[in-house]
Parts: sequence; C-alpha cells; structure tokens
Amino acid sequence: MDQLLINPDYPHILSTLIFLPLAGAILLLFVRNEFFARYWALGITTLTALLSIPLIKAFDMTTSKYQFVEQVSWIKSLNIQYVIGIDGISILLVMLTTLIMPLCVLASWSYIKTRVQAFMVCLLIMECAMLGVFMALDFVLFYILWEAMLIPMYMLIAIWGGPRKIYASVKFFLYTLAGSVMLLVAIIWLYINNGYSFFIPDMMWQNYSSTAQIFLFLAFFLAFAIKVPMFPFHTWLPAAHVEAPTAGSVILASVLLKMGTYGFLRFAIPITPEATMTLAPAILWLSIAGIIYGGFTALAQSDMKKLIAYSSVGHMGFVTLGIFVLNTSGVEGAILQMINHGITTGALFLCIGMIYERTHSRELRDATGVGKHMPIYVTFLTFFSLSSFGFPATNSFVGEFLILAGTFEQSIWLALAAIPGAVLAAAYMLRMLQKIVWGGTDNPDQSWIKDLNIREIVTLAPFLFFVFWIGLGAQPFIDLIHVSVDNLLNNYHGFHSQIAVVTDLIVQ
Amino acid sequence: MQFLPELTLLGAGLIIFIVSLGKATGDTTRNIAIGLGAAIFGATLLSSCQTGKLFFDTYQVDLFSQVFKALIAGAMLIVLLFGNKLKAIPQKVHPEYYLFMFMSVLGLMMLVSSVELLAIFVSLELSSFAVYIMVPMRDDEGKFRFQMEAGIKYLLFGVTATGFMLFGMSYMYGLTGSTELSVVITKLSTMWNNPAAVIAMMMVLAGFFYKLAIFPFHFWVPDVYEGASNETTAFIASVPKLAAVALLIRLVSLISGEGQAILNILMICAVVSMFYGNLSALVQKDIKRMLGFSGIAHAGFVLLGILTFQITGFANAMYYIIGYVLMNLACFLVICTVSKNGENVMIEDLSGLHKRSPIMAFTLAVGLFALAGIPPFVGFMGKFMLLAGALKEGYMLIVILAAINTAIAIYYYLSVIRVTYTADPEERSIVTPSMLTNATSVFLLTIIVIMGVLPQRFVDYASTVVQTIM
Repeated sequence: MDQLLINPDYPHILSTLIFLPLAGAILLLFVRNEFFARYWALGITTLTALLSIPLIKAFDMTTSKYQFVEQVSWIKSLNIQYVIGIDGISILLVMLTTLIMPLCVLASWSYIKTRVQAFMVCLLIMECAMLGVFMALDFVLFYILWEAMLIPMYMLIAIWGGPRKIYASVKFFLYTLAGSVMLLVAIIWLYINNGYSFFIPDMMWQNYSSTAQIFLFLAFFLAFAIKVPMFPFHTWLPAAHVEAPTAGSVILASVLLKMGTYGFLRFAIPITPEATMTLAPAILWLSIAGIIYGGFTALAQSDMKKLIAYSSVGHMGFVTLGIFVLNTSGVEGAILQMINHGITTGALFLCIGMIYERTHSRELRDATGVGKHMPIYVTFLTFFSLSSFGFPATNSFVGEFLILAGTFEQSIWLALAAIPGAVLAAAYMLRMLQKIVWGGTDNPDQSWIKDLNIREIVTLAPFLFFVFWIGLGAQPFIDLIHVSVDNLLNNYHGFHSQIAVVTDLIVQ
Repeated sequence: MQFLPELTLLGAGLIIFIVSLGKATGDTTRNIAIGLGAAIFGATLLSSCQTGKLFFDTYQVDLFSQVFKALIAGAMLIVLLFGNKLKAIPQKVHPEYYLFMFMSVLGLMMLVSSVELLAIFVSLELSSFAVYIMVPMRDDEGKFRFQMEAGIKYLLFGVTATGFMLFGMSYMYGLTGSTELSVVITKLSTMWNNPAAVIAMMMVLAGFFYKLAIFPFHFWVPDVYEGASNETTAFIASVPKLAAVALLIRLVSLISGEGQAILNILMICAVVSMFYGNLSALVQKDIKRMLGFSGIAHAGFVLLGILTFQITGFANAMYYIIGYVLMNLACFLVICTVSKNGENVMIEDLSGLHKRSPIMAFTLAVGLFALAGIPPFVGFMGKFMLLAGALKEGYMLIVILAAINTAIAIYYYLSVIRVTYTADPEERSIVTPSMLTNATSVFLLTIIVIMGVLPQRFVDYASTVVQTIM
C-alpha cells in the first residue's frame, strides 16, 4: 500500500465530490418543480466545482503516489474495496469534469423545456459516475461506475435528443456495453491471477504471461477504443453527438471520450506492458488512420454537429498517438490534449447549441451569415475554432505540439503521416467559421437573431479563459502531470530493457 | 413448529375453500387471500430457525429449507399483492384460484424439505398439478383459447418430465438400493463410470430442469407464459424457480468424486440455455414471451453457480435466483398493472408509459436494466459473482460465452425501455396503479438496489444457509 497517500488536511474530499451530486440527484427526485430543479442542479454542480479547487492546492506534485486516498472494505467475500484516489494522470480530468458540469446546466437552462427535473437528475448522476471513474482504484468500483454511466447518458439522448434519438441512443448503449463485457472477464481473470485482489495498483507491472497479456490487452482495447472512439470503432459517435441535447454532446465530447484514453493510460500500459509493446505500432497507425479519416469526413459535413463530431475522431486520434509513442512529451501532450479537447470541443458544441436554439437548424447553410448579427458570439466562435485546429497561443497548440514532438522522437514517418491531420483540421474549421461569420446573405432575413445573453456569455467565458491560460502558460498543468507520467514511463521502460528494439521496429 | 408453514398453508387452503362456499365478492376474497399470504409468510419466518426430521426421515427441516420456504412465501405474497383483481380470471373461480396457488406453494415448500426420492416426487407433483389447473383459468371471452393450449402444453411437458424423473429414480433405487437422497447420491458418486448412474442422475435432474426451464426442457415456456393470465405467469416465472434451485443445490451438493460426465452435461445445458433464450427473446413482441425466453437464459446463468460444486458457487446461485425473482416480479408488476382487462401486453402497448405512469415506467426500466446486468442493480452483482466463481474454477470459455450473452441480452431489454421512455403514447390511456401496487414497486426497487450495492450481507447469509446442507 506504499503507493497510497492519505491527505489528512482534506479528509473525504474525493468522496464528497462523488456523492454530493448523487445526493443532489436523490433529493431532486422528490421535488417536482422546474424552476427549483434548474437552480438546484446549478447550485450542486457549482458547489462540487468549488470543492474540487482545493485538490489543486493540496496536490503534491513531487510524488506519483495516489493522493487523497480513501479506503473502505466494501464487499468482503470478494475482497472488493471502495478505494479512491487521484494522481497526475487523473487530477486534470477530475477538474475538467467538475468544471464542465455547471456549464452544462447553464447550457440546458432554456434549451431543455420538458421534464427538466428528470434531466437535471440525469446530469447529476452522470457527474457522480464520471468523477468516480477517474478516481476509482478498485477495478470493480471502476467497472460499476463505467457501466452505470450508460443509463443516464442513454436517457439524456433517448428522451431529450433530436429526431433520430432512438437510433442514436440504442447504438451508443449497445456499442459501449458490447465493448466492455470482455473488460469484465479480463477484470475477473486479473483478480484470480493476482491473489484475489481487485486493487488496481497491485495489478500493475506484474509478470503475466505473454499470451495472457495479449488477451487482456485486446479486452481492454475493445472497451477503451470504442469509448475513445478510435477509427474504425467510431460509428456510434456521430449519431450520438448529433442527436444528443447540447449538454449531452458536451459531456460526451468533454468527458466520456476521455475515459477511453484514460483507460489506456491507467490500465492497458501498466497492466499489460508487454502486449502494449507488441501492439503499439498497430495502434499508432490506427490513430493516424483516425486522424486522416476524421479530418476528411469532417470536411465533407454540412451538419455542424456532425462536423465537430468527426473532428473529435481526428483529435482523439492525436491523443492515442501521443499515448502510444510512449515517451514523455507524447504522453504529457496526450493528457494535456485530452483536457484541451474537452475544453475546445465542449465549447464548440455549446456554440452550435446556441445557434440551434435560435435557428432550429444545425445545417451549415442555414447558419450562413448569422455571425453578422452576433458579434460577441463570433468572437467566441473564432477563438474556439482557432483552438480546435491548434493555432499558436491556444491550448490545443501546446498539446498537439507536444504530441508531434513525441512522435518525431519515435519515428519521423509517423509524424509526417500525422501532420496532414492538422492541416485538414484548419481546413474544416475555417470553412465553418467562414460560412458562419462572413458567409453571404443567401438566407432569408436573419436580423431578428439576437446576440448572446449574459447567461450564455457566462457559460462560454470559462472555456475561453482556459483556452488562453493553457495556450499561454501550460507549465503549471504539465507540472501537475509530469511526475506521474515519468513514473509510468520509467516503470514501462524498466519493464522492457530492450525497448530500443521496439523503437527500431517502429522506425522500420 | 417444525411443520408450521405447511400447516398454515393447509389451513389457508381450508379457509379459502370455506370462502368459496359463500358468496364473497372478488374484493373480499382477494383481501382474505392477501391476509392469508401474509400469515403464511409470517409462519415461515416464525419457523425459520427450526431444525429436525419428520415422517421417517424423509422430510428435513433445516436452515436451508426454512429460508427457501420464507423466500417462496415472500414471492407468493408479492404476486398476491400486485395481482390486483385477477382481472382476466372469471370471478366465480377466484377462491379456487387462490386455493390452487396455496396448494402449489405447499408442494414447493415440501419440495425444499424433501430428502427422499418419493417425497421429492410427491411434492413436485403436488406443486405441478395445482399449476396445471391454474394455467387454463383465464377468461378471454372465447376469442383465442390459447389458455387451453398453454394448459395442455404445460401438462403434457410436465408429465413427460416427471416421467423421466420417475424413471431415473427407479434407476437410482436399483443401483443403490435406497431412496434416501444422501445415501443414493453418495453411492452414485462412486460409480460415475457406470453409464446407468449418469443416466439416472440426468433423468432426475430433468425434473428440476423442467421447473427451471433449462434447455432442453424449456419448450413449454413461451406458450405457457403467453397463454396463462398475467398473474399466473408472474407466479410460474418466479415462485417455482426458487424451489427448483433449492433442490438442485441440495442434490448437486451431495455429488462428490469424478462427476465429469454430469459436469459436461450441465455446462452444455447452461451455454445452450443462454444462447437459445437470448437469441429467441430478440424477436418477441409479447413482453411475457420475451421474459419467458430471457428466463431460460437466466436459468443457464444460475447453472454457472451450480456447476462449480462449491459452497460459494451455490451461495452465488442462491443470491442470483433471489435477485432474478425480484427483478422478474418488478417487471410482472408493471405488466399486471398496465394490462387493462388482463389481456396480454405487447411491447408496443408500453409506448410512452413514462407519460402515462412515471412510477410504472421507472419500475420497468429498473427491472429490465437489472435483468440486463447493468450496475448498480442486483443483476450485475449476481452475474459478476457467478462469472467470478466460474472463472475461479477455470471455465474460461463458458465465462466468455456468458459475457457475450450479456451483450446480446441488452438489446431486447433496451428495446422495451426505449418504447417505454421515448415512444408516443398515442391514444393509450393513463395507468393509475393502486397505492398497494405503488408501495410494492417501491419495495421491490429498493431491495433490487440494496442487494446490488451492498451484497455482502446477503451473500454471507446465503453461504451460511448453503453450508447447513453440505
């Protein structure tokens, strides 16, 4: 248990973060009042966000141990524990989740008109499960939260979604569930072959046989690649994104997709290092395929939400690329890019939601020229678009730069193959921006369209703040993750003394 | 005291019989039945710590039997509670209906206590014959008469299964010279290389497989589920399964030595049941038929626990079947409430249920998500424990096949939830469940969640219970 650090200054802070939204959801079940539901959800999510701030303050950046740990035996006969903690890999994701949620409530303020109370209950339950996933240090706890999250997300899409909501929600549910059933088998296998313990740190860096590792890795891969989603497992994503209500799209893009890449970092690499080494080249090329495919497909979209959805496939391809080059800049860039993608894409979905609320269309041609009447909106949209394709001084630039630097270290061919992705991103984002902001006036009179109101500005402003904070001063963020990433890679390379052989393989 | 639950049941039967002689209205009969059900449940609780042997050692009263009796009585009470007014059953036969239900439960209670072949046979027949009569008790105004088809199917398949069973028992007696379960199985365990022993065992198991609806004794399920009235189906789908699992555990726990042949057969039955049940459920339109097929798959899952031949495996199987009965009852509660005049409920009839009755829609969603094995409900924990137990014994392939089945099953469960929550109710009327129904559904939901989130106590208790017969 020497990997655990219990922080006495902030007892039970992580549990508070997990259970506050859940308690809020349960209480909300008993009050049938739309007005109250909105303020209550906003209050609870904001409180959760505020309570998460001390995490940053008290986080010890000099150690790779899991911090703020809480450990209670849960199901004794199977040795399942309620054990939670965060390290450099998860802290930013936890912060991202707590930050996004109040903004999602704000974004749904006037968008959701029916069954508001149930909607807010779903949002709060989502928050509880998402935070738990990033904090869980027991594999069963992780799996339970990972699966339980499907129910509220399914409801969000199926009840408040667009015209093809049924198709989208079912596809989302089936894909992600089918992906994770083998994960369950892998977990039980690990439990039995690991002294009957589900404690995740105990499972890492063990000498499982090569065959076992390959099978474990494939089970992990299926679950995580679908969640990311990596090409060619991405087909559920555009449907889900397009049909989900704005808040649902934001949660999907900002947090849910990150769970897949988080899974790779937390489980796949440390538990199956040998298989990771063997299969990394394949995954790298799959990532490249995703980047290029996502870029081209996004370029061809006329539906703005679809455009952003496909761009996510490309952006997440960059993240998996960074993870599986398995060097410091790559992995750090990948983690940073996970956060960046959460911020930027989340904000873009909000922007599109705002147009949709006004024009009731997500078609690019219907939005042509609306920017003329919405100067504030256009300002926000421009910055988020620039961030999306990695313009210097924005957050994504730092992330993509680190990832590409890491990729260059590994193999120049890989890096060269990834670069067109960045160009494509510029192409599709600028195309969208050009139509909305400077587009012609083919559309009927749009002068009735109002610019953003205060609530909408308040919703978008934090995103913009982070776009520039990370873009101009990423160091504090990298400091938070650095030691944990170093520890992960040291362990990994220590595990393979002949890692050079792999590098050669990839170069060839 | 040892025989209190059974005596109470007999008394209850008598009271209902007397009621049937008078001119009691449907409501009065129903209230009396619920009262009697509660009394029976109370009696099982009162006698829960009894031990001893009765009737020349053919009847064993121990913690195992008493706990299962309490579960059976509890499940019956829930069925009585949400059975509303037995809408589809002609009012003049209501007392008889309750009478046969009590007699069936009496048979099931005797079954879990029987430790002798003939006692098992007699109790099984007692419980079955009562149900044979309950199934066709349904008034569909002479339109389809599929209740008759169901009744005949249930009877014929049941008689065939018991025929097999009786034949197997005669083999057992011939091979071992005894009808006492402990003697029979211990002796049989030494002669697994004798095909007659395996055949005898399999034939006896056939009887329980029939009750549990395990492949290849499942053929009656869809038609009987569809043909019987909703309340009867709820009863058949839950109460007898408890007893069947109890006796299966009692029987298998005695097997020792090289029972490889039995094991292989159990494995095949488990896997085929899962696939057959789930794949067939995919295409059903009648929700009762769908639940019937899914029940076949769940029975396959239960076998995963049984075939470990370990206390933990048996305890897991017990935990799972209790969970299954609760989840199933939650779904049937909704079916019985939604069905206006007791007619069958098609999946499309549930359209927009969330607008017509939020609490029923929620109950159904939780019940189905739980059946699908999604956390944090009892279905997930149960599946998880069964899979962990089976993998511990090295049945990797079966576990993977079972996991694939979980993924298949989610499709049809989800399709029902989808209809309930997203489809337009169109002209369908509002459903107003009674207070009693609402209370029952809240109780079921609470326990489904509690058993899923805090399973420790339940599993510990199940282990203690199973240990008493090892």
